Amino acid sequence: MRKSTLYLLFITVNGVILAFLFLGYPILTEETHNNRITEEKKLVHALGITDLCLFTEARYTRHPTQTDLHSAFQDHPLALEHFPSGSLISPPHRYKEPGP
Amino acid sequence: MSWMERQRSFLDFTLSSMLRRKWKNISLLLVYTLMVFLISSVVFFTNGLRHEAETILQDAPEMIVQRTMAGRQALVPLGYTKKIKTIRGVRRVKPRLWGYYYHPAAQANFTIMSLDDYPHGEGTVEVGAGVLRTWGTIQGNDLYFRAFDGEAIDLRLVKTFTSPSELVTSDLILMSKGTFRRLTGIPEGFATDLAVTMRNTRESITIAEKVSLSLPDTRTILREEILRTYAALFDWRGGYTIVLLVGAFLAFFIFAWDKATGLNAEERSEIGILKGLGWDTSDILMIKFWEGIVVSLTAFFLGVLAAYIHTFLFSAPFFEHALKGWAVLYPAFQVQPSVDAYQLATLFSLTVLPYSFICLVPAWKVASSDPDMVMRQV
Repeated sequence: MRKSTLYLLFITVNGVILAFLFLGYPILTEETHNNRITEEKKLVHALGITDLCLFTEARYTRHPTQTDLHSAFQDHPLALEHFPSGSLISPPHRYKEPGP
Repeated sequence: MSWMERQRSFLDFTLSSMLRRKWKNISLLLVYTLMVFLISSVVFFTNGLRHEAETILQDAPEMIVQRTMAGRQALVPLGYTKKIKTIRGVRRVKPRLWGYYYHPAAQANFTIMSLDDYPHGEGTVEVGAGVLRTWGTIQGNDLYFRAFDGEAIDLRLVKTFTSPSELVTSDLILMSKGTFRRLTGIPEGFATDLAVTMRNTRESITIAEKVSLSLPDTRTILREEILRTYAALFDWRGGYTIVLLVGAFLAFFIFAWDKATGLNAEERSEIGILKGLGWDTSDILMIKFWEGIVVSLTAFFLGVLAAYIHTFLFSAPFFEHALKGWAVLYPAFQVQPSVDAYQLATLFSLTVLPYSFICLVPAWKVASSDPDMVMRQV
């Protein structure tokens, strides 16, 4: 078999797998994810949750939307930041533009 | 010979030529695939998280009112509730009691929260799955706490939040208001903050301004701001994504630049021989173009495939360390697969096209020289 035929076959197989993952897999798992999201939305509504539980190491990274301007100085006046996730997340959006 | 057949012949020749230098090309392909994998994983993961945040936090409180004192957040007197209720457009004001509990045995911070209509009674808790994984000192069904005054309190575990909801409940410990006050020492008549529900959310900015005017020591956080914060946090231009992407893109450009700077002696000699045999410059550029396509397209397919599996089937374990930082508690969650055509097109144009064209530059330089000079390596 020609090398070009083998290569084109390889690329086609990859394309088919990718097409399945992008188009078919989300449909197959849609119900599971929808059930989970519905449950999470119910909890968010019932408990008044404001943030996702992603960065748990400090209070201002656990609830980035609820932090105050001084949270980075919580330990001493020169303490800018010492938690790794603090370097990965940007300040709350409301500090970037004037608002109420 | 038809155009198609001609291109296939070029591809056959390119593949044979690449197989002669197979170890060099395999290592090139591996590095390239790794970079596409890293960039795609970051894009898929952050986009997935942004989608989750946008969907789940749609039901977050419409407005949170916090009290600030000397620039720090302070407890809100419940008397503020009545003042806010008098503002036209406010439907309900609900005091929230929540905070953090540091557990020395687990060396972890947990979010503690109380509920008005907590159904399990005093002295009990309902916890997230992450709490059970990390608490460390559970005896039977009792969780040992140390209250604000040093008193030991045993709280009975009555229920665990289901595992699929970990993205919002993993570190959560839910209890009654009485238990919460006994644990934290927050006195009666005070709350952590107030959650405000409005009759019409389109009036939220006006109501927030009125709250700030009538209670000058407060600040308001609107639901739109919560959603915008998460959109900005997982936007590819800022926050988490940019930190990871900058490194990956720099690596990619160094790699592409290195490739563009020149051909090795064997490749130069091969071009010289082909020219000597009567090949046109355009034919040589065509095989170099195919070489670029073969490497970049293969790396793109393999990298994107691996990134999809890593992110959506295995919950992105490579990013767990970055998200976790020094924390010991990390939620087990699976992001809903969501990739749009725009993302794929961007990934394709950033990874495949530049490399394919950059391969042509050194080949064109050599191919346009005298074949005799090229073969003699002058």
